[in-house]
Amino acid sequence: MFANFDFDVIRRSFGYLFLDGMTFTLTLTALGALGGLIFGTMIALMRLSGYKLLGRIAGLYVDLMRSLPLVLVIFWFYFLVPYIGQWLTGASRPVRVGAFTSCLVTFILFEAAYFSEIMRAGIQSISKGQPAAASALGMTYSQSMRYIVLPQAFRNMLPVLLTQTIVLFQDTSLVYVLSIPDFLGAASKVAQRDGRLVEMYLFAAIVYFAISCFASYGVRRLQARISIVR
Amino acid sequence: MIEINHVNKWYGPSFQALKDCTTKVAKGEVVVVCGPSGSGKSTLIKCVNALEPIQEGEIILDGIKVNDPKTDLPKLRARVGMVFQHFELFPHLRIIENLCLAQEKVLGRSHDEAMAKAAKLLDRVGLKVHANKYPAELSGGQQQRVAIARALAMDPIAMLFDEPTSALDPEMISEVLDVMVDLAREGMTMMVVTHEMGFASKVAHRVIFMDQGEIVEDALRTDFFGSPRSDRAQKFLSKILSH
Repeated sequence: MFANFDFDVIRRSFGYLFLDGMTFTLTLTALGALGGLIFGTMIALMRLSGYKLLGRIAGLYVDLMRSLPLVLVIFWFYFLVPYIGQWLTGASRPVRVGAFTSCLVTFILFEAAYFSEIMRAGIQSISKGQPAAASALGMTYSQSMRYIVLPQAFRNMLPVLLTQTIVLFQDTSLVYVLSIPDFLGAASKVAQRDGRLVEMYLFAAIVYFAISCFASYGVRRLQARISIVR
Repeated sequence: MIEINHVNKWYGPSFQALKDCTTKVAKGEVVVVCGPSGSGKSTLIKCVNALEPIQEGEIILDGIKVNDPKTDLPKLRARVGMVFQHFELFPHLRIIENLCLAQEKVLGRSHDEAMAKAAKLLDRVGLKVHANKYPAELSGGQQQRVAIARALAMDPIAMLFDEPTSALDPEMISEVLDVMVDLAREGMTMMVVTHEMGFASKVAHRVIFMDQGEIVEDALRTDFFGSPRSDRAQKFLSKILSH
């Protein structure tokens, strides 16, 4: 069955696939997760704040992001971000934004909606006595959040956050719609150039599978360790 | 030191948790608040440092009105220690860090200064060897002693205890009460919600008995145990002292 296949194409394009493609994918995943976590935590705090309007805005944002297909958001931002830049800076022409920046902004904004729900659950998992104890010691709301509540919420939710990051890792492949050479994009380019579609897509699938599986295994190990400590 | 004047508090529109409560705690005085569960004693003590808001009346702490919107609550709370029923140590921090965090972040003490103070207080409650452990590695009684040390690290002008021994196994109650008795004998101003009548009869200057959100009895210790005036207080005492 594999007689006509040329797996040498993988060896020949190895540097391009991994040094360029995978580096892009992993960088986008890491920065997207980090930015999404920070922005998502802010959204979670808005939703949990006593201010109704603030909570409403945050809730609307989360609902909006979760009801749109990611591909659409990627497209949308790619074409929209230059105009937003123009509007913000008052420039005469749309501001040029690199594909990477545009993707990163998209993923941070999109993932924030999901991370915010995780962090919200994490914050709510902390008993009310903890912030009360922090207040009783004279800590302000932000000190109590920063030193007491958020570190515990983050710790409790770490496995879920990492699992969401693995999903993000797979989702970054959607940037192919902007013809960006992430790992899948790079594989796709080589496949079309050399006419080796089956080989390259098969290889790409195996690589995604291996990395995601390995990472999931790591998360399970971590989960087991955390539950012992508690 | 603590003045509570005609305080009314409601949970929701219909349930009144505190009804026209008035009392005070003088400097150096130890006041025990007791009463059946649901009588509002924990609510009352939480109102003193504004962990619970009140709707009517006023609470004055060291000359500062607690329920004034202009009051800097964090600053005021930093001066009053509070010990909770469920300890509420910070589980993600080591014991020594539990004692240092607020000293550094709230009082602005240097790390060395905070560490020295923490070590001294841990030694005082007999837990110096556990400084680098996490709260979950300690027994309930040890955790509560750490919680007392954590509150004392802020050099409070008064201490509030909200049922400090209710969540403890019987054999651990005395180690916590011992620390509290020492504190009382040193002249610390204390307001203590507890069912431990032994503690009350040993060190309390006054005993307040609450029922259904009201202060039913506010008497000197000797009077309270000698001849409580109200039926409800008598009934309560006979119940908890009969065994």
